Amino acid sequence: MDFSYDSEQTALRDAVKGLVGKAYADYEHRRQTAKDDPGFDEKVWTQMAEMGLLGLPFSEDDGGVGAGPIEIGIVCRELGRVLAPEPFLSSVVYAGGLVSAVGTPEQRQEILGALSSGESVLAFAHDEPGHRWTASAVDVTADAQGALTGVKDGVLHGARADVMVVSAALPDGGTGLFVVTDGGGEREGYSTYDGGRAARITFDATPATPLGEAGVDVTSSIATIQDITRIMAANQALGAMQFQLKATVDYLKSRKQFGVTLNNFQALNFRAADMYTSQELTHSLVDWATMVVDGGSPEAVSDAAARVGLQVSRAGRHIGQEAIQLHGGIAMTAEYNVGTYTSHLTVLDHLLGDAGHHIRALDDKLTSYAAIDPLDVAAKA
Amino acid sequence: MQLALSEEDQAFREEMRTYFTTEISEEIRTTVAEGRELTKEQIVQSMQELNKGGLAVPHWPEEWGGRGWSELQRHIWHEEMQAASVPVPLAFNASMIGPVIAQFGTQEQKEEFLPKTANLDIWWSQGFSEPDAGSDLAGLRTTAVQDGDDWIVNGQKTWTTLGQYGDWIFTLVRTDPEVKKQAGISMLLIDMKSEGLEVRPIELIDGGHEVNEVWFTDVRVPVGNMVGEVNSGWTQAKFLLGNERVGVAPVGATKRVLAKAKEAAAATIAEDPLFRARIVELENELLALELTALRVAAHSAGGEPHPASSVLKLKGTELQQAVSELVVDLGGPATLASGEGDATLDWYRRSTPTYLNLRKASIYGGSNEIQRQIISRGILGL
Repeated sequence: MDFSYDSEQTALRDAVKGLVGKAYADYEHRRQTAKDDPGFDEKVWTQMAEMGLLGLPFSEDDGGVGAGPIEIGIVCRELGRVLAPEPFLSSVVYAGGLVSAVGTPEQRQEILGALSSGESVLAFAHDEPGHRWTASAVDVTADAQGALTGVKDGVLHGARADVMVVSAALPDGGTGLFVVTDGGGEREGYSTYDGGRAARITFDATPATPLGEAGVDVTSSIATIQDITRIMAANQALGAMQFQLKATVDYLKSRKQFGVTLNNFQALNFRAADMYTSQELTHSLVDWATMVVDGGSPEAVSDAAARVGLQVSRAGRHIGQEAIQLHGGIAMTAEYNVGTYTSHLTVLDHLLGDAGHHIRALDDKLTSYAAIDPLDVAAKA
Repeated sequence: MQLALSEEDQAFREEMRTYFTTEISEEIRTTVAEGRELTKEQIVQSMQELNKGGLAVPHWPEEWGGRGWSELQRHIWHEEMQAASVPVPLAFNASMIGPVIAQFGTQEQKEEFLPKTANLDIWWSQGFSEPDAGSDLAGLRTTAVQDGDDWIVNGQKTWTTLGQYGDWIFTLVRTDPEVKKQAGISMLLIDMKSEGLEVRPIELIDGGHEVNEVWFTDVRVPVGNMVGEVNSGWTQAKFLLGNERVGVAPVGATKRVLAKAKEAAAATIAEDPLFRARIVELENELLALELTALRVAAHSAGGEPHPASSVLKLKGTELQQAVSELVVDLGGPATLASGEGDATLDWYRRSTPTYLNLRKASIYGGSNEIQRQIISRGILGL
């Protein structure tokens, strides 16, 4: 039982902080980066590769570093803290996680090797219009030859991606994963409201290669990688919330109205205290869920992902909304950073399921146990 | 970072579970599990059963019955005790005056009081709050004036929980009215059988008699019953109010009540998705709270409390109240009979008094507004 980082983890955190914290120390740089395609700083991406961050989760055989979930969580948290737009979560954790889980040894070496070295950006094309946060593909289908047809939307960094992992309904049932390269599919890229990038991708008998063994239903693998991505997104959201609370506290201490700084008003201070409570409760759950990934069974990880997802949805809205309110009008502007953090928290909230979605998942097994024992989850793993 | 308990702590957890479920009277544990009121005799018996195994005052100095455990072990002890429906040791004895006497008392006071306090041979009451000194405790007005070998005490204390059972009362009294209010306070231990001391019951909105007024009219207290120096009482008071980091959030007991609610109202819950959603959210918030308590407890190095400990009382009492509210709602019309007749009959008959009674939780021990003040000023620097 230990909630603290060891010396190597602390060193990793400081290194990531040093890299992205320096790159985005001036918020204007983040703003400009988000304005121009591809929506992130290719130089920072290369530096992340050089530091070994892009291969962090993957085995050394696949060109990666073989680090665990704690380390990946550290990277996500620091990226969230400075609102770094680099697609670590969508490319490395999510799409890379799928290749690592499902790909053949050759595919893993080729795709993850190129991802780790910064040569290629990966995307996972999964969400379909009209479907909410499922692990299956429905309307995008694969034919017997593996050619794909249908529409994916909200594909993070889908336009820039060099390699795309695509989910599709298999001819004999179930969901398979496919690799699309060479700009396959008709891609309409767009900006998301937090300055990120996504794409709508139309496949029309687009040639694709099966990821892993052809014709195998990999729905449960997709579900597990989604759960891990949820937990890493929660780390990213926590970093953003921690920044917002700090910025809000600093603002209350410096901004003057009625001739005094705002922290003279108890009504405002108490709201900041409630933000702190939300932040700390979230911090505990995020750390716990991240530790559950470390050796936890898929069921334990799924449970932890829903629980941390619910907490982050609630806390992200609370802290994100209050950060704007306590700042006042300035936080409504794009020039000032605090409001954009709220935008980003809103993206994370809807990326892989909001509070209602997680409540439904948890409700399914509500009566199967008496009380939750957070340590027992570890024991079962 | 590592989630699993060490082998040593795992074994410790098992040891606690075994003791609580085999050495503490089953009748008492059933009474707690069913939410019925404990008699004085039951409270005394369970604390003595704990003390027999060295589990009543493990956080005291080892010389006086403490165990030298880590904060994590204390957390495990506290959680397992609640999970097993064992009444926690009487707070006035175990958490409040015991540690104060051990820290500030004379050798005579320690020998006289500590063994009896640990074994609940003396039932302590708390004489801090007054009608005009609640959250602003330092504004207290009960006076003590020295007369030879005695202090003569006059004034009134209030909200004295279970004062009707009290043998002794630890009080804060004003011994110097001329100085800054915190600097003129002393701590006196007073025998509740003293002449001029009167306990008057206060009836509460839950229909019960839990708290009292305690009146002092020329009560003579030997000078040897002062804890610490004259006018140093505020130091003892701050120590008393601030030294309880572990156990401020009643997580285990709240979890147990929620689990019982799921079981007792299974039919209602099965039909009602809104209740289920509420329970899912409450369970999740309790999980976050429990993990925060663990995070605080595991962070024992350095001795300084983890700043997150400040949210435990605030959130812990909110959830305790929210769960009691859920139980009333689950009972629906069945709760209208609350408090009537033989309360052993029906769980729901006790639900509304409990809900009403627990409104106190966000008021006592530093109201939740005081907690927000501590967070905003002490942690955030606002």
